[in-house]
Amino acid sequence: MSHDPAVRVRGVRKRFGTTDALTGVDLEVAEGEVVGLLGPNGAGKTTLVRVLATLLPPDEGQATIFGRDVVRDAPEVRRLIGLTGQYAAVDELLTGRENLKMFGELFHLTGRDARRRAGELLERFDLADAGDRPARTYSGGMRRRLDLASSLLVRPRLLFLDEPTTGLDPRSRNAIWEVTRELVAEGTPLLLTTQYLEEADQLADRIAVIDHGDIIAEGTGDELKDRVGGQVVDILLAEDGDGDRAQAAIPGAERTGDPRRIRVPVPAEDALAELSRIAATLQASGLYVRDIGLRRPTLDDVFLELTQQAPPTAQEAA
Amino acid sequence: MSIFTDTATDAVTDPAVDTAAASGGSSGDHDPRTPRRADAPTPVVRDGHLGVLYFAARDSWTVTKRNLRHYLRQPRLLVFSTIQPVMFVVLFSAVFGGIAGQALPEGTSYLAFLLPGLFIHSAAFRSVQTAVGLAEDLERGVVDRFRSLPMSRSAVLAGRTFADLVRSLSVLVLMVVVGYALGFRFTEGPWSALGAVAIVGLFGYLMSWLFPYLALLVPGAEAAQTAGFVLIFPLVFASSVFVPPETMPDWMATFATMSPLTHAADAARALSIGGEVAGPVLRTLAWSFGLLAVVIPLSVRRYRRMT
Ligand SMILES: Nc1ncnc2c1ncn2[C@@H]1O[C@H](COP(=O)(O)OP(=O)(O)O)[C@@H](O)[C@H]1O
Ligand SMILES: [Mg+2]
Repeated sequence: MSHDPAVRVRGVRKRFGTTDALTGVDLEVAEGEVVGLLGPNGAGKTTLVRVLATLLPPDEGQATIFGRDVVRDAPEVRRLIGLTGQYAAVDELLTGRENLKMFGELFHLTGRDARRRAGELLERFDLADAGDRPARTYSGGMRRRLDLASSLLVRPRLLFLDEPTTGLDPRSRNAIWEVTRELVAEGTPLLLTTQYLEEADQLADRIAVIDHGDIIAEGTGDELKDRVGGQVVDILLAEDGDGDRAQAAIPGAERTGDPRRIRVPVPAEDALAELSRIAATLQASGLYVRDIGLRRPTLDDVFLELTQQAPPTAQEAA
Repeated sequence: MSIFTDTATDAVTDPAVDTAAASGGSSGDHDPRTPRRADAPTPVVRDGHLGVLYFAARDSWTVTKRNLRHYLRQPRLLVFSTIQPVMFVVLFSAVFGGIAGQALPEGTSYLAFLLPGLFIHSAAFRSVQTAVGLAEDLERGVVDRFRSLPMSRSAVLAGRTFADLVRSLSVLVLMVVVGYALGFRFTEGPWSALGAVAIVGLFGYLMSWLFPYLALLVPGAEAAQTAGFVLIFPLVFASSVFVPPETMPDWMATFATMSPLTHAADAARALSIGGEVAGPVLRTLAWSFGLLAVVIPLSVRRYRRMT
C-alpha cells in the first residue's frame, strides 16, 4: 500500500451536458509531494478535485487515492482525505465552534476529542474570539479559515485545497498561505488548485498546468520555464493602442494581460540579434517604446504560451 | 503553535525518516512523513455490521442536533410554524364547527372530531417543510463537506427526519394544550391518548421521508415546495381529516376512504375520542412500515448518487 502514489489519475473524462469539463486527465502525485494544479477559470480544476474527493464519479477513466478507487472504495478514500472546496462549505447557522465540533463527530472523533480539537483549531486559525458567533456573520477570510480548519479535525493523509485564496483580500490570502506552508512543513501532502502562478510557485513542489479539461504541462517552475525555452523580448509601449500595431509589425509577437505590453519569444542563440532586429522594426514603424529588454521566461510566459491567455493576478481578483 | 501538535515538526525533519521515505522503505500502511503522534486525535473505529449501525445512529444524531439548532436559530420560522397549527385549531373549529358539526354523530363536537385530524394535517404539511429544508441543504455548500466525510450515508436524511419528528411531536403537544383550553378531551384513557400520539408520530415520520424523496428528484427548494404543496393539498382535503368522507361526492369519497391519510386520521381519532380502533390502526401501521421500507432505501440511494 505504501508504494501507491497519493493520487493516480488515468484518462479521466467528465462531461456536463455539452461541456467537456475533463477530457482525459492523467496525473500522479507522489506521497509527500505538494502539487499545484494551475489553470484559468473554467479549466476543470474544481471538477477534477470533486472527482478525487469522491463527490463526482468520472464518466470514463480511473482515479485512485493511495491505491483506493474513488468510486469503488469511496468510503475508504473519505477516511484518507481532507477537502477544502472552492466555496466555503460551513454551516452558516452554526457557530464556528459548533461547526468544528460537528465535523469532528462526523470524522468519528469521540465527543471529547471533537470539543478539544474544535477549541485548538479556533485558536490556531485566529477564530477564538469569533468562535461562538454564527458563521454567517463571518467575513470571507474568516469563513475560508473555518473551512480549512474543518478539513483538519483529523490529520488527513492527503489534503485538497481548491482555489483557497480566490476572491480574498491580500491579508486574508497571506493568512491562508501561512497556514498552508505550515501544513506542508508538518508533512501534509497537498493538492492545491489555483489560478495564480505566484501561489503555485510559492507553495507547490511541482506544477501541473490544466486547460480545457486537460493537463497540458507538468514540472517544477524551472522545468516549465525551460519548456518555453529560449528568451523573451519584453516590450512596453507608450499607448494602449500601440499593442495592435506592434503585434502586426513584429512576427511572433504575443499580447499579454497588459494592453501596452508585448512579448516575443526568441531562440536563445540569436537572442541579441533578434532584439536589435525588433528594436529596428519598432523604430521604423514609429512606435514609441517605454521599455524594452531581454529576459528569461517567467511562469507568466509559460502560462501564456500554454493556454494562449494571460494569467490573472491575485490583486486583480481581490 | 502548530496545527496538529506542539511537538509535531521533529519527526518530519528527522533525516532517518526522510531517507526511509525516499528509498520507499516499508513502514507499513502509514505515511512515514506523517508519523502518528500521541495528541493527534484519532477516530473511533468499530468494524462489522454492528459498527455500521453504530455510526449510522451516531452520525444521524449529530445531524439531528444540527437541524434542531437550525430551528432554534430561525426564530421567524419557529414562531410561524408554531402559531400556524394553533391558529388552525382555533379557526377551523370556530368557522366550520357549525356546518360540519351537523354531519357528525350525536354528541360529537366538531372540535373533538377535528383535532385528531389536524394532528395528521399538521404532520403532512410539516413533511413539505422537511422536503424544503432538505432541498435547501442540498443547495448549500455544507452538504458537499458531508459527502466528503467518512460519515454514514444515510445520516443527512435520517438526521433531518428525526429533527422534524421531534418538532412534530412538540407541535402536537402544543395543539393538545390549545385543544384542551377550547374544551377538547381525550376520552379513552392515557394509554390510548399516547397511542394516538404514537400513531401520528409514526405516520408523520413516514410523510417526512416521502416528501423529501421528492426534493431529491426535483432541482431546488422552490420546486420541492411547489411539488410538495400540489400533492399535499388534495391528499389532506380528500380524506377524513376535516370531515367524514361520506359527506363528499362519490368519486372523492371513494378516493378518501382508501387514502392512508384517512386511515391515520381515523386511527388517531379512535384512540382520542373513541370508535373502531383495530382496523384503522392496523391499516396505518401497514401503510407506514410498508412505505418506509420502500422509500428509505430509495432516498438513501438517490442521495448517494447525487452530484
Ligand atoms: N455542475 C456543472 N454543470 C454544468 N457544467 C459544469 C458543472 N460544473 C462545472 N461545469 C463546467 O465545466 C467546466 C470546468 O469547470 P470547473 O471544474 O469548475 O473549472 P475551474 O474550477 O477550473 O474554474 C466549466 O466550463 C464549467 O462551466
Ligand atoms: Mg474552480
